[in-house]
Amino acid sequence: MLSVVVFLPLVAAAALAVWRRPGPRAVARTWIAVSAADLLLVVWMWTRYRGGIAYETRARWIPSVGAGYHVGVDGLSLPLLAMTALLFLVCAVGSLRGTRRAGPYAALFLALETVCLGLFAALDLLLFFVFFDLSIVGMYFVIAGWGHGDHLRSALRFFLYTFLGSLALLLGFIGLYLGSRPRTFDMTDLTRNPPLADAPGTAALVLLAVAVGLAVKTPSFPFHTWLPPAHTDAPAAGSAILAGVMLKMGTYGFVRIAMPMLPGAWQRYAWVFVAVGVVGALYGALVALAQDDLKRLVAYTSVNHMGYVVLAVGAAGLVAGDARAGELAVSGAVTQMVSHGLVTGALFLLTGVLWDRVHDYDLGRLGGIAGRAPVFAGLTAVAAFASLGLPGLSGFIAEFQIFAGVIGTGSPGAVAAGALAVIGVLITAALFLRVLHRAFLGPPGELTPRVTEMRPGELAAVTPLLAASLVIGLFPRWLLDVIEPAATAVVSLVSR
Amino acid sequence: MPGVNALAWALPALPGACGALLSVTGRRGDRVAPAAALAVTAATLALAVTAAVTRPRASVALFAGLRAELAVDGLSAVLVITVSAVALAVLVFAAGEIHEARARFFGLMLLFVGAMLATVTATGLAPLLMAWEVMGAMSYALIGFWWRDGDRVRSATVAFVTTRAGDLGLYLAAGCALAGTGTLDLAGLAAAPRPWRDLVAAGIVTAALGKSAQLPFSFWLSRAMAGPTPVSALLHSATMVAAGAYLLLRVQPLLAATGWAATLAAWIGALTALLLGAVALAQRDLKQLLAASTCAQVGFMVLAAGVSAVAGGTAHLVAHAAVKNLLFMGAGAWLSALGTKDLAELHGAARRHRLVGVTFGVGALALAGLPPLSLWVTKDAVLSTVAERSAALHVVALAAAFLAAAYAARAGFAVWSPRDDATRDDTERSGTRRVGLLAGLPMPPMAFVAAVAGVVGVPVVFTAWRALLGTGPEPGPEGGGLLLSGALAVAAALAVRGRRLAAPRTLAGWLYLERGAVAVVWRPVTSLARALARFDDRVLDGAVRGVSRAVTVLAGWSRRGDETGVDGAVRGLAAGAARLGALLRRPQTGQVHTYFAQAAVVLVLLALVIVLVR
Repeated sequence: MLSVVVFLPLVAAAALAVWRRPGPRAVARTWIAVSAADLLLVVWMWTRYRGGIAYETRARWIPSVGAGYHVGVDGLSLPLLAMTALLFLVCAVGSLRGTRRAGPYAALFLALETVCLGLFAALDLLLFFVFFDLSIVGMYFVIAGWGHGDHLRSALRFFLYTFLGSLALLLGFIGLYLGSRPRTFDMTDLTRNPPLADAPGTAALVLLAVAVGLAVKTPSFPFHTWLPPAHTDAPAAGSAILAGVMLKMGTYGFVRIAMPMLPGAWQRYAWVFVAVGVVGALYGALVALAQDDLKRLVAYTSVNHMGYVVLAVGAAGLVAGDARAGELAVSGAVTQMVSHGLVTGALFLLTGVLWDRVHDYDLGRLGGIAGRAPVFAGLTAVAAFASLGLPGLSGFIAEFQIFAGVIGTGSPGAVAAGALAVIGVLITAALFLRVLHRAFLGPPGELTPRVTEMRPGELAAVTPLLAASLVIGLFPRWLLDVIEPAATAVVSLVSR
Repeated sequence: MPGVNALAWALPALPGACGALLSVTGRRGDRVAPAAALAVTAATLALAVTAAVTRPRASVALFAGLRAELAVDGLSAVLVITVSAVALAVLVFAAGEIHEARARFFGLMLLFVGAMLATVTATGLAPLLMAWEVMGAMSYALIGFWWRDGDRVRSATVAFVTTRAGDLGLYLAAGCALAGTGTLDLAGLAAAPRPWRDLVAAGIVTAALGKSAQLPFSFWLSRAMAGPTPVSALLHSATMVAAGAYLLLRVQPLLAATGWAATLAAWIGALTALLLGAVALAQRDLKQLLAASTCAQVGFMVLAAGVSAVAGGTAHLVAHAAVKNLLFMGAGAWLSALGTKDLAELHGAARRHRLVGVTFGVGALALAGLPPLSLWVTKDAVLSTVAERSAALHVVALAAAFLAAAYAARAGFAVWSPRDDATRDDTERSGTRRVGLLAGLPMPPMAFVAAVAGVVGVPVVFTAWRALLGTGPEPGPEGGGLLLSGALAVAAALAVRGRRLAAPRTLAGWLYLERGAVAVVWRPVTSLARALARFDDRVLDGAVRGVSRAVTVLAGWSRRGDETGVDGAVRGLAAGAARLGALLRRPQTGQVHTYFAQAAVVLVLLALVIVLVR
């Protein structure tokens, strides 16, 4: 079942690839139909999910190194799978018009969907790593092939940087493998018997390798500099997937691999993650505040939002902390991954609308867009408020849990860290209101006459994301009921 | 009874949901918006009255082990009725005043009211914070209602960012409450152990001061005048600024338990009442005068929370809501009719529009604290407790009361004085020369409440009032205090009569609070942001670029070394470096798939090595 969900888009991608000269309409129809079918399957899986690891499949793959094809879903991965499927569907809908070479583009995105879904479903380190690396390759081609501006250079930078990160990750994985008894790459086995429990020095090195690998992908300060150029020059749908889904691979790796498999080392170095998280949250927000390029600004807010996640998972590792608060923090971190996927996905699709009209992201040349495109302005305002954590939208549900959980752990350092990080909420508020002020409200700017209202296809792409954010913001229980047991499990695993 | 308890949800949800619906209908909803909004607000008022009687309580799971609960107790009962009644009056007024983008306007106003209703019924920090911040966002949208004007948008931004700076305190308080008590219940905060109790109190006081525009946050309220008058009428009376005072009255046991927080709140309240009272006296613009007076009057409520005069503070909140609502409606009506809100230019305004003039006059006299009107009594209900606590505080509060009488009398005299050379029309916009039926309709009932709400001070009534709020013993208004403050009010009113005041610039400019905040906080933050952005581009990213350049250079050297053919060891080393260089150069030709294939090969080799090693 799960394997069908994961590989259905790849099969469709292969079909599109061998299909001789399909018309753009046929391509679009196939792309949307397959993505929609995949989303429906994930929803169906969600409705039948009853806790624990479900839809598990194990098959022999490379038995000589203890690596198998092992997939399954639990409360950590299910929300991310659903968010991924939704985001790929709306990207398909949003890319209906004006895409060059639609066939290969659709095939590439479908293949990427398989890669992203596969990563969140993977329960084997090697399988995880393969998907992790393939996502980099796929995104490289998206940026290089369909980007704008200095896209070849940005794509190359993105590829080299994140590939280097993934090599660090591989090193860490090999360390985990070598430390396990019996040797295995299987995540459930490694979680059950954490490797290197008796070798703290080696465990610290392995954690370093894994954490650097994941931090590059997240991206955590100071490994984030590949992100702004990659985003600025990527097509809108590519940015949405890159920020919405692929950044989560890093943070997901923390809760799925680093915390449960290296609990001792995680506890010892939890402070490092808390510090990196706080610095990232504030640094990302401040640098975003200084941007005049709308897309770079949104990209830096990702550094801020992922900083909260790193802070939360770090605080959950504090031994002295209250376990319930730790669970709240981890639950908030996972909620933030989903929320950020939806909201930043929407924001990037909206900047794509802007690019489509004016071929510029310069806030100084815009203004008063609300007069020409009220719906566009309204949706951007909703997305901005969701991103700055307004209650009633998903960002607040995530961030409140993170702050309350981090501060609630009760250790003085965590209280200080939480109190510092919460300032990020204020800076993001200032920067998004500044965007609304400069680009969307006030008197019209130089480029404003060229802005036109959103088309039905664009609306159909952005609205579901914001609607999902609103539903989570108002009625979060259906999501938290899935996440919370998994968060509890992670905290109990990391405090072993 | 589940039916009754559902009322707790329905009360904020009805205006909230209808408001949300209305604000997304766009132009299509403009025609029906006023009628729909009035019907919804009337229904909300009915719900509020029912809730005040039935006292519903309902909760739902929010986060793991943390429930979100809305409940109506005595304090909430008073607040929900006040909020919905004032909202109804304001929306009737707005139906006659607002003629553009009505669906958006009335939708946002309903959302604003819904958020306030949720704020005053929330029993825990999580739902409180949610409603609290939504209220802030709605105030942003309403202050920036005329969004084509960049200055108004800027004012809205300043207001939202400033109040949100205070809101951070609530995030901190929530985390510390969780650490200290394991729950987020407001009622349990006073019992939290130290240091959590202190941290929670610090957070809540900060948030309340921000929302209530107390020192040093007061400047945002001056900015908030950029919105339409009905927004001011609501924001200054029963929502937003009232929310901060309400919260402090609600958590008064916590403030008292810490000791220092109560003293701090009392002093900030008293100083705001004094200093912003002076600011109000110095304003030339009627709306700015009213805005500063709001800060000053809310200061008395904050002071009340600080000295544990909850019954007196709540009475002052309710009476002030009626008075300030009335005054803003009057100011707004004249602004529409005469096109000005300058105090000198408004000379004679009250005689030209008698209904507005009389009701505004009643409001101004009440605001002045003249006997026997409402604020005279309610303010003294606070002052009598202050007198018991601290002489210094009492002197400051009396001075503030004197100033209140002075600024209110100044406004009253300005509009009631006969037309003279200073009188001018249409200096700000072109006036309609008439006050519509709808705009005038809510003024008499509000004036009635503003006049007679002082009845709460009658000892029997005050005892019942205290029982309703469930507060501890407090003296209530006393003969001597009433006499003193009444005499002070009359003296102050006579003192400003017919006198031209030379206002110092500091006071006219709101103590330069905004300039100070910009210089001390905003500019350093933006400079830091720009510096970090440069650091990010040059240093961090520069390091990455540097590494890649260095590797390329290194690769070039090694290749040369390799080609000249030195000894074997060097050649081996160089070959390794060259391969590394080649690896990094290859992708630069665009052939990434090759590179990836190599990595895959390496991966397989690694796997093989591992197998062999094992």
